[in-house]
Amino acid sequence: MTEYNFAYLDEQTKRMIRRAILKGLAIPGYQVPFASREMPMPYGWGTGGVQVSAAVLTPKDTFKVIDQGADDTTNAVSIRTFFQRTAGVATTTATSDATVIQTRHRIPEEPLHEGHILVYQVPIPEPLRFLEPRESETRKMHSLEEYGLMHVKLYEDISRHGHIATSYAYPVKVEGRYVMDPSPIPKFDNPKLGDMAAIQLFGAGREQRIYALPPYTQVVSLDFEDHPFEASKADHPCGMCGATDSYLDELIIDDLGGRMFVCSDTDYCEARQAAGHKGKDAA
Amino acid sequence: MQANTLSGGFADPATQSAHAFRSLMEAMARPGAIQDIHGAAPPAPLSPAMGAVLLTLCDTETPVYLAGDMDCEAARAWLAFHTGAPFVGPAHCMFAVGKWDALAPLAVYPIGTSEYPDRSATLIVECSELAAGATLTGPGIKDQATLSLPEVEAFQANRTLFPLGLDFIFTCGERLAALPRSTKVS
Repeated sequence: MTEYNFAYLDEQTKRMIRRAILKGLAIPGYQVPFASREMPMPYGWGTGGVQVSAAVLTPKDTFKVIDQGADDTTNAVSIRTFFQRTAGVATTTATSDATVIQTRHRIPEEPLHEGHILVYQVPIPEPLRFLEPRESETRKMHSLEEYGLMHVKLYEDISRHGHIATSYAYPVKVEGRYVMDPSPIPKFDNPKLGDMAAIQLFGAGREQRIYALPPYTQVVSLDFEDHPFEASKADHPCGMCGATDSYLDELIIDDLGGRMFVCSDTDYCEARQAAGHKGKDAA
Repeated sequence: MQANTLSGGFADPATQSAHAFRSLMEAMARPGAIQDIHGAAPPAPLSPAMGAVLLTLCDTETPVYLAGDMDCEAARAWLAFHTGAPFVGPAHCMFAVGKWDALAPLAVYPIGTSEYPDRSATLIVECSELAAGATLTGPGIKDQATLSLPEVEAFQANRTLFPLGLDFIFTCGERLAALPRSTKVS
């Protein structure tokens, strides 16, 4: 390992990111600005998550990367290999063996415990951005706790569709103070955000923000009394492992309208299949 | 210059600071939990844990305030050589270093602004012991935690400023604990 510094980034950059992570943990849900670096991958591929992982990893860690729940997609494989080469860390696809898990758009099905650190890749960290494009204004709204606009957006969902149609990146309120974007995880995963035993760190590279949820933090999905939040998923069992409690991907399997539903968490699905569970589409 | 100014830093900065940061992050994420931290051997009056925290977080971009006994030639020279951090007064510091009594009054430290609450000081407090004590609740704590604190009122007052406020790291020997602004103390 002489080609790069440990975990790729130089030490001064890591110190800067580490200071931001500590402030993020001290102010749960608040987006801490940080001097995001160019990484050897394009924006949108997880540069924020990669920088947070680089600042957090130690040589003793076991690293797992998931992309929409899958360990074997291009993005997950390349980031896993990146840290294998630059940090020399052990890697795994098993959630229970990992200590640091970098994720794009999912929370693993298996409950995380106190030894876990979950690092999210975040594209747009500002939950109010699509409602108010000016950073100066959204910053003021956060400082004044002025979140009426977000409720109006959810209300407009109801008036147009009869229910809250936001199905991913569903806004949450952290400890009764900051409204936070949980990254584009399906709202099925929202209930896992609060009271989690693991530390959750969020990194947005292009937008230069880091935020965090300490363990056992109160996280509430925004809703209305008469339209309570509902964690939804496709109403099917997994075709491969038969799980009824996991988040499912819908796969089109032919051009005759055939489709099947499978767990988006590949590790969860494979572990269940190895334990003998079988769905209706399993070979 | 004293002989021990040049020694006592991390021998392998990348991995030792990574381990030190994990201790620090676990401490900040779980208020009251006492963590081990190793790798630094700073000159007195800085403790090994204090030295490791400073080596992990400080560089030329972080103004440091040395309070009371900590503001001595040995500490200044060691920090200047290993971190390059500029020394400032309490009103402009990002990190303040000292014993609890020397760090008072807390009102002079930056607590951040309502738009940038992260622009606040972190106080690194050298303690004679870290043990059970005051009851802590809040983010990062399952039901409740406990930690020996130099006093209670100051931390209760700090909590009322949330999301502004100061964050605290307590060091003792080769151990540390932390108390972020979000923690309720009773």
